[in-house]
Amino acid sequence: MLKINNLHVVIGDEEILKGLDLEIGPGELHAIMGPNGSGKSTLGYALAGRDGYEVTDGSMEFEGEDLAEMEPEERAAAGLFLAFQYPVEIPGVNNAYFLRSALNAQRKARGEEEVDSMNFLKTVRASLKSLKMDEALLKRAVNEGFSGGEKKRNEIVQMAVLQPKLAVLDETDSGLDIDALKLVAEGINAQRDGKRSFLVITHYQRLLDYLTPDRVHVLSDGRIVESGGEELAERLEAEGYAFLEETSEA
Amino acid sequence: MNQTAQQVEKVIQQRYKAGFYTDIESDRMRAGLDEEVIAMISAKKDEPEWLLEWRLKAFHHWQTMVGPNWAHLNLPPIDFQKIHYYSAPKQKDRPKSLDEVDPKLLETFDKLGVPLHERARLAGVAVDAVFDSVSVGTTFQKELKEAGVIFCSFSEAVQDHPDLVREYLGSVVPYTDNYFAALNSAVFSDGSFVYIPRDTRCPMELSTYFRINARDTGQFERTLIVAEPGSHVSYLEGCTAPMRDENQLHAAVVELVALKKAQIKYSTVQNWYPGDENGKGGIYNFVTKRGDCREDDSRISWTQVETGSAITWKYPSCVLRGDRSAGEFYSVALTHNHQQADTGTKMIHLGKNTTSKVISKGISAGKSNNSYRGLVRMARRADNARNYTQCDSLLIGKTCGAHTFPYIESSNASAKIEHEATTSRIGEDQLFYCRARGLDEEDAVAMIVDGFCKEVFKELPMEFAVEAKALLEISLEGAVG
Repeated sequence: MLKINNLHVVIGDEEILKGLDLEIGPGELHAIMGPNGSGKSTLGYALAGRDGYEVTDGSMEFEGEDLAEMEPEERAAAGLFLAFQYPVEIPGVNNAYFLRSALNAQRKARGEEEVDSMNFLKTVRASLKSLKMDEALLKRAVNEGFSGGEKKRNEIVQMAVLQPKLAVLDETDSGLDIDALKLVAEGINAQRDGKRSFLVITHYQRLLDYLTPDRVHVLSDGRIVESGGEELAERLEAEGYAFLEETSEA
Repeated sequence: MNQTAQQVEKVIQQRYKAGFYTDIESDRMRAGLDEEVIAMISAKKDEPEWLLEWRLKAFHHWQTMVGPNWAHLNLPPIDFQKIHYYSAPKQKDRPKSLDEVDPKLLETFDKLGVPLHERARLAGVAVDAVFDSVSVGTTFQKELKEAGVIFCSFSEAVQDHPDLVREYLGSVVPYTDNYFAALNSAVFSDGSFVYIPRDTRCPMELSTYFRINARDTGQFERTLIVAEPGSHVSYLEGCTAPMRDENQLHAAVVELVALKKAQIKYSTVQNWYPGDENGKGGIYNFVTKRGDCREDDSRISWTQVETGSAITWKYPSCVLRGDRSAGEFYSVALTHNHQQADTGTKMIHLGKNTTSKVISKGISAGKSNNSYRGLVRMARRADNARNYTQCDSLLIGKTCGAHTFPYIESSNASAKIEHEATTSRIGEDQLFYCRARGLDEEDAVAMIVDGFCKEVFKELPMEFAVEAKALLEISLEGAVG
């Protein structure tokens, strides 16, 4: 599904990712943890194709295609989804209209037929319900006046509607109370169908308690320094990131 | 980040679809402005003596005035002696019906999306089409007449309803009002006249389409709308002009009179040629629009979508004379390339318990400058008057400017005035968010801008809201991409 090889990413003059390797197979859920400033969000943005995130070396292959050659909207249409750490407000643009336009733009790019509003509403309503979100949010402007938790849950609703092949979730758990966290985790688990893959970027283990990741990676200073199973997340939670220095020195 | 600015810049590569020229033989008066030219215009229209006198008084007054220089505009001097003040397509006689109108003229309006012939007429909208200095024809005359509504060209009104014209002409915007209003009063050629009788709801939307065609010609139209007590009318004007390297002058005057409990809704979709991407050519749009809520409980609402013109100088205003009268101003002004706009409104509260609401949305792109200038005045006897003003600016790219000049004068301690203003930039983060969801840049910009303008678009009559939205999208083409 996703194959990242020796990825170097520069923002301005500063190299943030310094040779990152990562491979995610179909149906797998991987977690990336790491201290602040290690490059976690940079990885998400580089995958989605944000301006100013320049790939200077290495490669990102998504289903055999070179992501660096694609525009952000082409990546989205190909099935890559980024749940934003800070979802953006778009005043005056109706939430349902935005999502339906996005879905149809993707479908059009893939040569598929546009969805009609009835079917669209059915899908959205179902995801809203499972995330315990008020339907009235559909009529509000995109993320405008949403609480922090609503914004994060809205990202999961978008994911559920857009049905990506790979979802990159950038600290979707931060700022959520425990009930919202459970709902988000359920939302993610509901989308796990053995084919769809996930890359979950997080600070804390608590989200992973509900997700059972296939692999956990530790990102530090632009590289993956440690990979393992669920037990790695537990160890990080217990010991903090301090042990990284020990391991890298050892 | 610079890349975003460049992308945005690209989307605004303007395509002006109304930029064609109609090759038609015209009857054009010599260039220059003097008493003789004014007398010739008046004679062409077979005007009564009083009107010629009024024009000459206006001209003499204009000669004593100097052009306004207070606006935030870089205005090159205008040589008023080089302009032709009258140009009309040649026709044998005044056509009695639209069937007699030169097919070339009908074709022109067809191309502009304003079909005048019977079959293709816009449903539920009566149109008066003005080509350079004359009205070409007005649709749905019969239907309107049955309702007692008068909707005709200004010239016809002078002939057929001279008493009404004489009573109301200049009663809202006197010829002494300002430099361009004085000029217009001296040389105005055509425009629309609307009269809604007492307790009548006008059965359809009324609309005037203004087209400048001839070279080196100015258009000086005059519109007068009178709403008798208890009546209601919704009126819309649209405007376009061919693409030319020279600037052309458009100086109009619009007067609205709302009597007791009458309501006038006046909408404008202004798409005059804005000049090319280097700022060459385009229309100078100097317009005086004012509504007089003359009697109690009347209401006047201005909605404007301004995307065209090289320079726009325009402040549709409301004089809230009657008690409990209400004024509204909803505006979207978009400037791109080297366009300049200084636009806003004046809300003059004279009566008790009067209310006004101002929603202004300025969008600047390219190297353009966009200013909101608004006056709210609460007179001494305007007890409990209220105003709410909201003024938002959206910047696209980094080489444009947005400015807000609010003037507030209150002589009554019970008056309440609120003013809110914001300035924001189409964020790289907003664009990226949309693109990461699959929307391409142009659609993303269109969506963000549309969202920004929503409060104003919802005030437009339905058919025109769609047109305004499309126009904004075309005007923004190339701003990113």
